[in-house]
Amino acid sequence: MAGETRASLLRVAGLKKSFTTPQGRLAILKGVDLELDVGSSLALMGESGSGKSTLLHLIAGLDDADEGEIFLDDVAVTRLPDFGRAALRRETLAVVFQQFNLIPSLTIRANVAFQARLAGRLDPVWREELVGRLGLENLMERYPEQLSGGQQQRVAIARALAPRPRLLLADEPTGNLDEATADDFIKLTTEVVAATGCAFLMITHSKRLAARLERQVTLSSGVIKEL
Amino acid sequence: MTQAFWTFIALVSHWRRHPVNFGALFVGLAIATALWSGVQALNEHARASYDRAASIFGAGGARSIVPTRGGSVSQDLFVKLRLAGWKVSPVLEGTVRIHGKRFRLIGIEPVTLPREAGVAVVAGEGALGAFLKPPGRMIVTPETLRELSAAESVAIVIDGGKTLPPIEALAAALPGALVVDIGVAQAVLNRPEQISRLIFKEPPSAVAPPLATVAGDALRLVPPREEESDIRRLTESFHLNLTAFGLLACLVGFFIVHAAFGLAFEQRLAMVRTMRAVGVSARTLIVAMLGELALLALVAGSAGVGAGYLLAAALLPDMAASLDGLYGARVAGQLALDPMWWISGLGIAVIGSLVAAGGGLFKAFYLPVLMAAQPFAWRQVQQKFLWRRSVLGALGIAAFLVAHFYGKGLYAAFGMIAGLLLGAALLLPLLLDGVLRLGEKYASQPLAQWFWADCRQQLPGLSLALMALLLALSTNVGVGAMVEGFRKTFTQWLDERLVAEVYFEVAGNAETQQIEAWLEKRPEVSAILPMSKIKIRLGGWPVDIVGMKPHETYRNHFPMLSETGDAWGELQRGEGALVSEQLARRLDLALGSTLDVPAADGQWRVRIAGIFPDYGNPKGQLRIDIDRLMRLWPETPRMGYSLRTAPKAVPELIDALQTEFGQQISQISDQAAIKNLSMRIFERTFAVTAALNLLTLLVAGIALLANFLTLGNVRLAQLAPVWAVGVSRMRLAQLEFLRVLLLAAVTSAFALPLGLALAWQLVAVVNVQAFGWRLPFHVFPAQLGQTVALALLTAAAAAIWPIIRFVRITPAALAKVFANER
Ligand SMILES: Nc1ncnc2c1ncn2[C@@H]1O[C@H](COP(=O)(O)OP(=O)(O)OP(=O)(O)O)[C@@H](O)[C@H]1O
Ligand SMILES: [Mg+2]
Repeated sequence: MAGETRASLLRVAGLKKSFTTPQGRLAILKGVDLELDVGSSLALMGESGSGKSTLLHLIAGLDDADEGEIFLDDVAVTRLPDFGRAALRRETLAVVFQQFNLIPSLTIRANVAFQARLAGRLDPVWREELVGRLGLENLMERYPEQLSGGQQQRVAIARALAPRPRLLLADEPTGNLDEATADDFIKLTTEVVAATGCAFLMITHSKRLAARLERQVTLSSGVIKEL
Repeated sequence: MTQAFWTFIALVSHWRRHPVNFGALFVGLAIATALWSGVQALNEHARASYDRAASIFGAGGARSIVPTRGGSVSQDLFVKLRLAGWKVSPVLEGTVRIHGKRFRLIGIEPVTLPREAGVAVVAGEGALGAFLKPPGRMIVTPETLRELSAAESVAIVIDGGKTLPPIEALAAALPGALVVDIGVAQAVLNRPEQISRLIFKEPPSAVAPPLATVAGDALRLVPPREEESDIRRLTESFHLNLTAFGLLACLVGFFIVHAAFGLAFEQRLAMVRTMRAVGVSARTLIVAMLGELALLALVAGSAGVGAGYLLAAALLPDMAASLDGLYGARVAGQLALDPMWWISGLGIAVIGSLVAAGGGLFKAFYLPVLMAAQPFAWRQVQQKFLWRRSVLGALGIAAFLVAHFYGKGLYAAFGMIAGLLLGAALLLPLLLDGVLRLGEKYASQPLAQWFWADCRQQLPGLSLALMALLLALSTNVGVGAMVEGFRKTFTQWLDERLVAEVYFEVAGNAETQQIEAWLEKRPEVSAILPMSKIKIRLGGWPVDIVGMKPHETYRNHFPMLSETGDAWGELQRGEGALVSEQLARRLDLALGSTLDVPAADGQWRVRIAGIFPDYGNPKGQLRIDIDRLMRLWPETPRMGYSLRTAPKAVPELIDALQTEFGQQISQISDQAAIKNLSMRIFERTFAVTAALNLLTLLVAGIALLANFLTLGNVRLAQLAPVWAVGVSRMRLAQLEFLRVLLLAAVTSAFALPLGLALAWQLVAVVNVQAFGWRLPFHVFPAQLGQTVALALLTAAAAAIWPIIRFVRITPAALAKVFANER
């Protein structure tokens, strides 16, 4: 693949974000620039409190930036109204958090189908393939609370990839898992993501896991540094 | 659309996993709707009955022409009017006695009677023939048939010997009336060729001469407004009271819906965040939530309206009896409601739950996506709402004060109550928080400290249910104190007022002189106290003028609120009159002021010598010397007699009277019997309110239960750490129970003064505005104690099941709280 130039999927430029705290305004992101190509993977690292989650939330359109631009497939995320961002989250990108990714009152089957159904593009063949690859076949009729943390996170990945998004965002998806489970999880996830042709941005504290992705960057003092 | 659908499915799936919570919510909503629509059904039904009974001839826009001087006129006038082009139909109304009971007899002419006149009892070709052909038919409702203790097709003989046509019972007939052909009525009532009313629907033809040209001043056209029944106006306040209680009960129910939805929203925060994260827009989320709410409201509302119907059907006999006893208003015994009632019941359910859950929806819309993920942030929002609620509470109290000092009339009185109750309810969390803070301050042991702090932490989640409990309890205290006070006052009043041993009424044309002469010869009768009564209107209000003898029996016993030094002397000299409290308030009369009474020949001016309590009488009453009454209205018949005698002689005297005069006297009874009857009437009047009262408390209990159940899982996460550090489940369960009792006790302690304030509002303000008389205010310590006990019992009953569930939970399940923070 070396030498081949891939088209840009995500472009973040001059992104700024600050929060109001009892101690006054606190600048977290001070001009973040970041680019991600179609189908590529990136690990985002950085100290706790550096603003990694904040950045991910902004990309997913879950929060508003103070300044700067985020383009996803040439769509300016920062300028979309709520329903436009919701559509983006449904169809173009998917988010997986550290926990609480599933709807507790729905079965695993319904959870996996949920986002794809919302997007109006549930492909049963693809769903079965995902279920198979992630090893969820025997868990389909259970409820989230009846699954282990690692199993729950695999379901979350299946749910996220079912509508075939262009970008998968994950915020410390292995934060609650032990090393071995985390390794398995990342291996499976990167394989499935690669098979989908979807770009992957993962926040992690683990250098070992980060090394499994194509690129690694850190967020520190409010700006991105390539490693 | 698909988006909204799948979002809706996900939202609803929550209830499938929490069926008990759903059940509580459902039942709460259904009961609220049931209470409201049940009360509305009773009101509707009663009003429809009055209208049917009293303004039957005004129904459907029909108009009446009546004799100018009352009574009846010759039916020649009917013929004249018909010939002149007036499409009138003749009616003769009168009263007959059957086994001593009075019934309203209405003679109609079915062929000319306008169809809209509401007497659509003679329908169909065959029926018309049977009605007209001798011996004819007498149409009554099934209830009247029962009252007559007769069967269908039986021809009843009335007191006096005349025979009525064979009975036919129809559900759609006029409540309490006997409808016959006009010819039959003229014969039975001894008024041949006479009519008492002419009704018409179509306006007279263009060439028809005016009424005066045809009939001179013998007839007058009744203005449409006068057709509205007196009974309806007289009973309006009774129904207003009922409505108010229905509304209050309903409010308590919607508190549950509010609380349950708020809690469900909190429980589903994680779900909401996930849905938002995977691309459900805020708008779609709201649409789905609204859909869920509307569906629930429709389903539970339907169940509620159905239950309301059953409730009304169950309470109807009591209400019918009390209205009959109190106001002489007949109410049909079968519940028949129009579709609007069902629709409006559902409407209340939908609108009520929208308002009750609206706050949550509003919050859902404005909650930033990310904030939903942080329970702490949510709590902050909740806290803000708590403050806002307290401010609203203060506003409610302020509204109460404004209404108290500046308001007038019944609606201001109810506004005052609403302001007071809502204000107090909204301030309750603040008060509870204060009490718990105090407890926390003085606790020294770690477990006790945790207990108090934990109680405080629980407060936001429980406050709404506790508010519902507060409302239910204060309603209980308030209405209970009113009913008890009423009973006490009324019993005393009856004892005084019914001091004579024997009382009897005389039938229409009885030989009263003969009766009096006979009584004077009886040695055991120590006093004969005749009474006469005429009906007039004063200031547009129906008033009975009662003539009585100012005998020492009355001087010593007749209860008065206030009187001049020589009230009975003034009465005897024909200068003074006693006025009932209602009439005094209505006409703004004080001791010594004068009143002009329209007598047979001109005005009669009389001084007010005393004001007496006349509890429960919807009409005004003026009592004057009987000789004066006979001079002013010479035609007035004797109404009845009170006799003083030794109690032992009562049965014998009654027997002798009956053997001697038989048909001529009626309603002969001794004091005890009358007192019993009166007490029964009043017990029944409040049976409806008592039932509502109890149901309201039940609703509050359900609110608490719903709350505990909804909080269950959240609660587990809060208790697990305490359990983990070595406090046994049993000990925790005991503390849980104690916590519930503590909160209920503080709430009921607050409910007592609030309930007494409510009672005071009811007896001193609402009652005066609605009925025109004021009740003395009593406090019944036993009743207050009972309320506190009831509160604790309700709370304990609501808490026991969740606590048992907690005790039964396996340690593994508790430990799981740590493994998986869900
Ligand atoms: N809503 C908010 N209001 C105020 N401050 C906030 C808010 N959200 C985040 N912050 C602050 O912004 C900073 C960055 O938070 P963020 O969650 O992005 O960090 P992070 O890099 O993801 O940390 P971690 O690795 O611990 O997850 C932190 O100091 C946090 O306290
Ligand atoms: Mg983070």
